[in-house]
Amino acid sequence: MEQTFNFKEIQNREDRLAPGHRMCAGCGGTIATRNVLKALHPGDKAVIGNATGCLEVSTFMYPYTAYEDSYIHTAFANAGATLAGAETAYRALKKKGKIDDTYKFITFGGDGGTYDIGLQSLSGAMERGHDMVYVCYDNGAYMNTGIQRSSATPTYADTTTTPAGKVSNGKPQTRKDLAQIMAAHHIPYVGQTTFIGNMKDLYTKAEKAIYTPGAAFLNVLAPCPRGWRYETGDLVEICKSAVETCYWPLFEVIDGKWILSYKPKNKLPLEDFLKRQGRFKHLFKPGNEHLIEAFQAEVDKRWEELLFLCQE
Amino acid sequence: MSENRLYTEPVAGIPDRMSGNEAVANAIRQINPDVMPAFPITPSTEIPQFVATMISNGVIDTEFIPVESEHSSMSAAMGASAAGARTLTATSSCGLAYMWEMLYVAASDRLPVVMAVVNRALTGPININADHSDSMGARDSGWIQIYAENNQEVYDNFIQAYPIAEHKDVMLPVMICQDGFITSHAVENITLLPDEPVKAFAGEFEPEHYLLKKDETMAVGPYAVSKYCMEAKKAQAEAMKRAKDVILEVGKQFGEMSGRTYGFFEGYELEDAEYVCVAIGSACGTIKEAIRALRAKGVKAGLLKVRVFRPFPAEEIAAALQHAKVIAIMDRCEGYSAQGGPLAADVMAALYRAKNQAEAFNVLYGLSGRDVQVEDIEGLYAQMQQIAEGAAYETYQYMGLRE
Repeated sequence: MEQTFNFKEIQNREDRLAPGHRMCAGCGGTIATRNVLKALHPGDKAVIGNATGCLEVSTFMYPYTAYEDSYIHTAFANAGATLAGAETAYRALKKKGKIDDTYKFITFGGDGGTYDIGLQSLSGAMERGHDMVYVCYDNGAYMNTGIQRSSATPTYADTTTTPAGKVSNGKPQTRKDLAQIMAAHHIPYVGQTTFIGNMKDLYTKAEKAIYTPGAAFLNVLAPCPRGWRYETGDLVEICKSAVETCYWPLFEVIDGKWILSYKPKNKLPLEDFLKRQGRFKHLFKPGNEHLIEAFQAEVDKRWEELLFLCQE
Repeated sequence: MSENRLYTEPVAGIPDRMSGNEAVANAIRQINPDVMPAFPITPSTEIPQFVATMISNGVIDTEFIPVESEHSSMSAAMGASAAGARTLTATSSCGLAYMWEMLYVAASDRLPVVMAVVNRALTGPININADHSDSMGARDSGWIQIYAENNQEVYDNFIQAYPIAEHKDVMLPVMICQDGFITSHAVENITLLPDEPVKAFAGEFEPEHYLLKKDETMAVGPYAVSKYCMEAKKAQAEAMKRAKDVILEVGKQFGEMSGRTYGFFEGYELEDAEYVCVAIGSACGTIKEAIRALRAKGVKAGLLKVRVFRPFPAEEIAAALQHAKVIAIMDRCEGYSAQGGPLAADVMAALYRAKNQAEAFNVLYGLSGRDVQVEDIEGLYAQMQQIAEGAAYETYQYMGLRE
């Protein structure tokens, strides 16, 4: 199944998310979707699902669709269940000899549709073992409705429902670790990735997720220029710093085995990730050093836990 | 559950005995749909249990999805139907309420899902018994709604569901409703049809477009700006209007196969009736019993039993009521409008448009499984006779309340 990563060949593949959609410049969600779909082998058919969110309202606005494959969106909380139904129909119709093509099933949701309102539906679809991939493009807040906090929002982030103010430092809670929750479902494949270098990490994980039989989950850190308040050109640097500071580690869980994909030689201080983002601006005010220290301690703790799980 | 009568073809011409849930399961066995997602809720739980048992024993090869909620059950049904599979689910009460959001989407996406609804009171207070508050609340969701008086009718209705839902002029989801426990669990006589004619009647689901269609892709569920959205809604409304002809045609064809023809409603002693109850569901059996006794005494009592509530056959109902002097419209569902229940609202509007000025009032009865007895109905007809003689009356009243 695993093939050598040929950047040129992959980039020359026809896009399955066509240009002309209405997502923002510098949006990570689109990069995630386009590159995950690049991992479909040429000639293979797919049904793409989608939770309501920026991606849905901007890529399938009647009468135009940006998807080259069949696509279904029904609502916000149910991307897992909807695609599970389509995947079951595929098995039912194949069994009855009504179709003979091979299809892959991939659904996309933001962190709102995945970590929060859609968690039950996702959990059900994964637990039942549908042969599908759920891809979360995690931009750490409800961006489509105007940057409200989610359970994926990092500590201290300034959002419209956790505004940093005179007596508030942004989101008081830490973020939920969804990849770990998905791993606890004991599904065959869980991967966490983001946009690094030539996208090899994202590509190989997407390919494994798509071509591993059974339920698979992919968590992709996908920055949002509006919500994170960065210059669009900084997107790749932000993703890189998320990984180099160990805020967003790259790993896989294959059949229950935790595997670290990348271990920075020199773990960078968290400020490197925070400094380009307006949502953390208040942390750099004099007198708020203790907030960054607390955030750093949380990142360190989670990184150590991950190293333990990966037996590093 | 008797395995013999549920899992094997009935013996032609020999009446059987079974509950309403078993009757639906039998129709499912005969149709063998492709996909059924379901989540258990009393009193519809038996239906997915029967289906799962039939699958486990190789009687049917439907793919069952044991979803984690009714919201997911309707969502998975939509995914399966859009992908080209003949799909069903079953639910009751809060389960139907939990699907609410998706009911509208299923209808808007023109997905001909069939749902066995076993009517049960919506919670507040929690109660597991029959009333129509669950499906009545969904009356504006764009689903066709067909109600049954007894197990025979729910079986017959279920067999007609796919030919109606999947008709190219319709392409709308259908609820096949029966009263919780009273119909779903009580065992009554029933005449089942042989398997082959039922299979032929139900036919195959052959949608024009679907997600898995060879050499064609399809996108379902767009964001539609105001420039397009209203046209989509009008097209859906037109499909609901066209469903009227299709329902009548399918009901007629079913009659040719079974000897039991179905229309929008059943008139019982209706033609010359001066005092008419308009009702839905199992209470109609009780009303008929009261009518038989009253007719023996020379009272011109009658019943209009509504079978198809969506689309609402307003003109036809008004025409059938044109000779009535007094009309009691019976709702097994509160509307909390301070004006009465949903059936009354629609029937009153139909009478108004037909310039029918009969004395008409709304009776709330049987909520949350409150028993309805022949004496209650006799009392109601007595009140109708008094009203005809000039007695004052409340247009919105309760029947069978404890003192």
